[in-house]
Amino acid sequence: MSKRRPYVRPMGGWWKKNPFYVEYMVHESTALFVAAYAITLLVGLVRLGQGEAAWNGWLEAMKSPLSIVAHLAFLVAIAYHAFTWFKLFPLTMPPIIVNGKKLEPEVVVGSGWTAAILAALALLGIVWRIAA
Amino acid sequence: MVPLVKRQTRKGKHPMSEQKIIEIEVLRYKPESDQAPHSEVYKVPFTDDMSVLQGVQYIKDNFDGSLTFRWSCRMAICGSCGMMINGIPKLSCESFLRDYYPNRITVEALANFPIEKDLVVDLSGFIEKLEAIQPYIIPKEPRTLEQGEYIQTPEQFSQYIQFTSCINCTLCYAACPQVGLNPDFIGPAAMALLHRYNMDSRDGGQAQRMELVASEEGVYNCSAVGYCSEVCPKHVDPGNAVNVNKINAAKDYFLRFLSPKGGAQ
Repeated sequence: MSKRRPYVRPMGGWWKKNPFYVEYMVHESTALFVAAYAITLLVGLVRLGQGEAAWNGWLEAMKSPLSIVAHLAFLVAIAYHAFTWFKLFPLTMPPIIVNGKKLEPEVVVGSGWTAAILAALALLGIVWRIAA
Repeated sequence: MVPLVKRQTRKGKHPMSEQKIIEIEVLRYKPESDQAPHSEVYKVPFTDDMSVLQGVQYIKDNFDGSLTFRWSCRMAICGSCGMMINGIPKLSCESFLRDYYPNRITVEALANFPIEKDLVVDLSGFIEKLEAIQPYIIPKEPRTLEQGEYIQTPEQFSQYIQFTSCINCTLCYAACPQVGLNPDFIGPAAMALLHRYNMDSRDGGQAQRMELVASEEGVYNCSAVGYCSEVCPKHVDPGNAVNVNKINAAKDYFLRFLSPKGGAQ
């Protein structure tokens, strides 16, 4: 009779066992902040549809200290989300070949970050001009 | 100095003044008697040129001959000696005791595999996965001997060469939580090998392999943790092979609506 009895180790709490996994869980969970911000904006849109009083109420709510703290948290979390999202580019994208050579991961990631910063600045500039 | 220390090691003499001793905590499991694995600590004298594998061999030779582990080449090419060293999947032959000293090191069988005994894991699931991906060239256009060999340019060769470097050490499986959570997931190394054949200009098996790529066991188990590529000792980047095939599977799924020839089987 076989003496084999392979032991399967439990997976509970797997993400706490390695700093790499902890960072993975942190950057994945920043998606919740992206969702929360999107919902905040959607609520604003709905309030806009409900008329002037509702819209002004939403604008006032956005000025509350709680809202400002929440938005700062959104900003930090979404910035980290963008940072790690582009960091995964070399893993998730097909290799980009330029002049017969594979583009270095640093170049791919750096281009992503640069594009994200430029897009954010451009958006900020447009909003600034509309507001002025 | 170094030859002197070596000679002393061979004779089994370890003067305390020169001899460094490291504690190695090994996760032991005897299927005949143990309900679950348990740790045992060994005090191993070592020299600066000793690998973790040599440390484990020292334990087997001097403390407990029943300690079971796999190894062969001692030079990071056979892929047999993978272990969790301080919780990180590594080839024990290219990890050195001096880098951990004076701290205790823990050595455990590769994660996400069933433990057969001590540091030996059950690889049968992995072998089945390797077979499942059809790891051979399925000729695009069959040629007779008279027609001569298949020609391949260096550029075509460069498309897949990276994925041929895999030594089946399975460190990437030990690094992948999705493999641990779903042992049926085809996993990084097998997908890298599948990609190796798909990317070969002589091969025409991409459509045949697609069924597996897009299946329940396929690439969509991957959540892009990326640790597989991080721990790969041969820089195969299996995570990239998995993720590129997510794009391929998505293309295959959507393009079948556009192309009359690309229908489902």
